[in-house]
Amino acid sequence: MPEAIRHVEHVMGTVVTFDIRTGPSPAVAKALEEAVAWLHHVDRVFSPYRPGSQLTGLAEGRLTVGECDPDVAGVLRRCAELEHLTDGAFTGRPGGRLDPSGLVKGWAVERASTILHDAGALDHCVNGGGDIQARGESRPGRPWRIGLTDPHRRDRLIAAVTGHDLAVATSGTAERGTHIVDPRTGRPAAGLAAITLVGRHLADVDALATAGLAMGGAARAWTEAYPGVEALAVASDGSAWCTTGFDDIALFLPREGMSLPGRSQGDRSPGNS
Amino acid sequence: MHRATIATGTTIAGVVLLLALKPHHQAVPVTRPPAPEPSPSGGGAKAAAANGTYRGQSVDTEYGPVQVEITMSKGRLTAVRVLRAPSENGRDREIAAMAVPRLTREAVAAGSARIDAVSGATYTSEGYITSLQSALDRAHA
Repeated sequence: MPEAIRHVEHVMGTVVTFDIRTGPSPAVAKALEEAVAWLHHVDRVFSPYRPGSQLTGLAEGRLTVGECDPDVAGVLRRCAELEHLTDGAFTGRPGGRLDPSGLVKGWAVERASTILHDAGALDHCVNGGGDIQARGESRPGRPWRIGLTDPHRRDRLIAAVTGHDLAVATSGTAERGTHIVDPRTGRPAAGLAAITLVGRHLADVDALATAGLAMGGAARAWTEAYPGVEALAVASDGSAWCTTGFDDIALFLPREGMSLPGRSQGDRSPGNS
Repeated sequence: MHRATIATGTTIAGVVLLLALKPHHQAVPVTRPPAPEPSPSGGGAKAAAANGTYRGQSVDTEYGPVQVEITMSKGRLTAVRVLRAPSENGRDREIAAMAVPRLTREAVAAGSARIDAVSGATYTSEGYITSLQSALDRAHA
């Protein structure tokens, strides 16, 4: 196996791991530098927490979209599409304030992966805080293998998926508390402890995972019907379910202590339809 | 009762998984690894380094102290022995007896999967430090 490059970068309020299996070369090293610089650029432009970011200027009315980086218009357009696509479960304006973070990280990580790919680093995996874009293979003839953490015990895997070109995103309440608010009710999303979506493009998959958590139990039928995406979810009561196609990409599935196929309505919170 | 079995099993599986990911960080070798076998072509130096039997630290779980010993061969987890399991009374012993063979299979399956990356709910910079992805990064650094 050729020597691999592993680089860990603190950016966007999280940690991004670059795992490049294509052999080292000046072109690959340069692409990694570019990809890292790209993520910091995105953070400067899109961070809702930085007072000096263009996004903050836009949210406070000090800037217009036309005065911002051209990517800003594209991201906001995509947020609107996703909002429509998910019937409002995804939003670029949580709590009424402009904040496209639900799309930006996955989109930025996918673009970082494309920078590597275009420079000839065909085999790599970029993990942005738990959301992953993987391409090519992990070693000659072997697809990537991505473990999924148990939302109730984060040092344990509940399942793993495998493939050559994979985007894997998990949205859950474990790491930051109930930080996902269902935009339709204005209340913290309930019903699911975590949901993982697997597809090809992290920009979509990451945003849809966020939407899936807000949907709660209804995410099961929604992801089942959505083309090119498979889902695995763990409900608050510990039961699990997955889409019918998930089995085809799974290395192993939840077994211990989880009913699978599980109840589709794990949502037991009162008043939640 | 059934629930307790599962909980004990998963707790130990979690410990085993961490050991499998970073034996040189969390475990103490109890037997000298045999002289490194010639690496098969395509095998990395890391695989050879992971050979041997490792004893994990005793970990206090809500069910009592748990300690396991794992055997790695060419970087793969091939066996798990439970040295210490919650066994204060007959019922717990019964639970452990049922759980252990099962968790061994599970852990070996997970270890053999040789995961490349880990997806989970978005971690912060601080949360990364204790994440499985961080363990993977350190194991391969």
